[in-house]
Amino acid sequence: MLKKVLMSGNEALACGAIQAGCHFYAGYPITPQNELTAYMARRMPEVGGIFIQAESELAAINMVFGAAAAGKMAITSSSSPGISLKQEGISYIAGCELPAVIVNVMRGGPGLGNISPAQSDYFQATRGGGHGDYHSIVLAPSCVQEAYDLMFLGFALADKYRNPVIILADGMLGQMMEPLQLSDKNNLKTENRKLKTKEWALTGCKNRKPNIIRSLYLAEGALEKLNLVLQKKYKTIQQKEPRYEDLFLDDAKIILVAYGTMARIAKSMVKRLRNKGKKIGFIRPITLWPFPDKIFQRITINHKRLTLLVIEMSYGQMLEDVKLAVEGKAKVEFLGRAGGGIPTEEEIINKIDRLVC
Amino acid sequence: MGKIFKHPESLRNISTHYCAGCGHGIAHRLIAEVIDELGIRERVIGVTPVGCAVIAYDYWDFDCTEAAHGRALAVATAIKRVSPENIVFTYQGDGDLAAIGTGETLHTANRGENLTVIFINNAVYGMTGGQMAPTTLLGQKTATTPKGRQAKLEGYPLKISEILAQLPAVKYIERRSLHAPQEVLKTKKAIRQAFQNQMDNLGFSLVEILSPCPTYWGMSPKKALDWIQDVMVKEFPLGRIK
Repeated sequence: MLKKVLMSGNEALACGAIQAGCHFYAGYPITPQNELTAYMARRMPEVGGIFIQAESELAAINMVFGAAAAGKMAITSSSSPGISLKQEGISYIAGCELPAVIVNVMRGGPGLGNISPAQSDYFQATRGGGHGDYHSIVLAPSCVQEAYDLMFLGFALADKYRNPVIILADGMLGQMMEPLQLSDKNNLKTENRKLKTKEWALTGCKNRKPNIIRSLYLAEGALEKLNLVLQKKYKTIQQKEPRYEDLFLDDAKIILVAYGTMARIAKSMVKRLRNKGKKIGFIRPITLWPFPDKIFQRITINHKRLTLLVIEMSYGQMLEDVKLAVEGKAKVEFLGRAGGGIPTEEEIINKIDRLVC
Repeated sequence: MGKIFKHPESLRNISTHYCAGCGHGIAHRLIAEVIDELGIRERVIGVTPVGCAVIAYDYWDFDCTEAAHGRALAVATAIKRVSPENIVFTYQGDGDLAAIGTGETLHTANRGENLTVIFINNAVYGMTGGQMAPTTLLGQKTATTPKGRQAKLEGYPLKISEILAQLPAVKYIERRSLHAPQEVLKTKKAIRQAFQNQMDNLGFSLVEILSPCPTYWGMSPKKALDWIQDVMVKEFPLGRIK
């Protein structure tokens, strides 16, 4: 019988990472993600992994770079201001094509902001964030169970594509406790066996030519060549990896679009309004990059006079991706708050009523 | 009779991009010779800096990684922790190690990470065009101190090695120079000690090397060596610091 436990989102993220085979954690304290770091400090030594409390976010992300360069599955976690500090390192990880997972338990911004949940780092996560033409794969869990489950996918994708993966959560999910069904499919040993041999990793040049990890290409045309390799990889990811959840799309006139914690509120409302006979549907992107464009293209072909209501704990960031995806073929409305407030059920219902009228 | 002098296996047989009279080529070779002599080429991992030696991995013939500016010791910390069987070293300039990377330097040393650090002090930023470094001497003219470094505006030359020597977890610190053949030999001995310490699991070891930069000192190669001997060693005395 598999164990069911009560856990916070932060702990579930850490628990999932370790079970997915993560061997290395480095992080720096910041609220509201500290339970993740504390869990790692406790558990990593028990599973033979490495835990380091770094002197800064810069050191933490570059430690992750080092562990990944040595061929180990590595993770760091932080919250919005700390994630800003990590951006240079994430760009290097992307440029050097190293696998790594970065957790952002988002809080209010800009600046020091506050520690209430927010979704204001969507642009930063999905547009690269650091310098250069690169993308991180961005996964957005909406409950504690999914926070745990997406860690397995996150490490698998990081490894498969040798690319940074960002788990974009928020302070509410990080702090909230829910029952969690542990999985027995993956554990440290079996995961490690499944991993491909990392022939590019730094292990010492015994019986092979030296390996070099680099993102610097000074020779004429060399950097452009690397960039084309990266762009080809991103295209493959865009074709193969989009994921989303949907409900009641067939006859919906209004579709609520939300991700993460915000999607839970939206989903329960959609179910309730359906019971009252409203023709309302729901889309929740799980991968924010690659964005699941195709489902939006499909619904705009099938439905005329469709209205999409994007709800975010920001002032309209995923909104832009939705607009790009529907290409003007549907009306796109927005409701969002950030900085402490979360769109309430009442606000959402008022907005929907206005749309219907 | 055996061959007593040869090209090191750990050094590729190609020309470097360094300026005439630059110390990097000598330092690269000393490291390569030491790695050969200790028989660790197949387990060594080098972390190269941002700066003139950014492509040192093109000259050495063993596993290497780049690191973001100042972060070499964070990268090296993780590599060594996950692969303690490897011999991990960083090669960093004064700007990398003692300005942008001061935090990483101090804390890596304070944790006593079992690493070898080769610290090239040429009192100037070379790659970017000769700006003031943390180790620039008072009165020394650079691109960003056109009238010479002044204590009241830019502070004093930073003696990071002496600072690190205060930390209980630091095992070994020595300052050497490349200004004369006998000094080069002493430098090699110090580098060897710093690698041997890691092999013996003794902890954080750093060798600071005073190295000529004729181009941005505005001197001939010969004069640059004399300047180290006559001026620079007075500010940065040679010898075992810890």
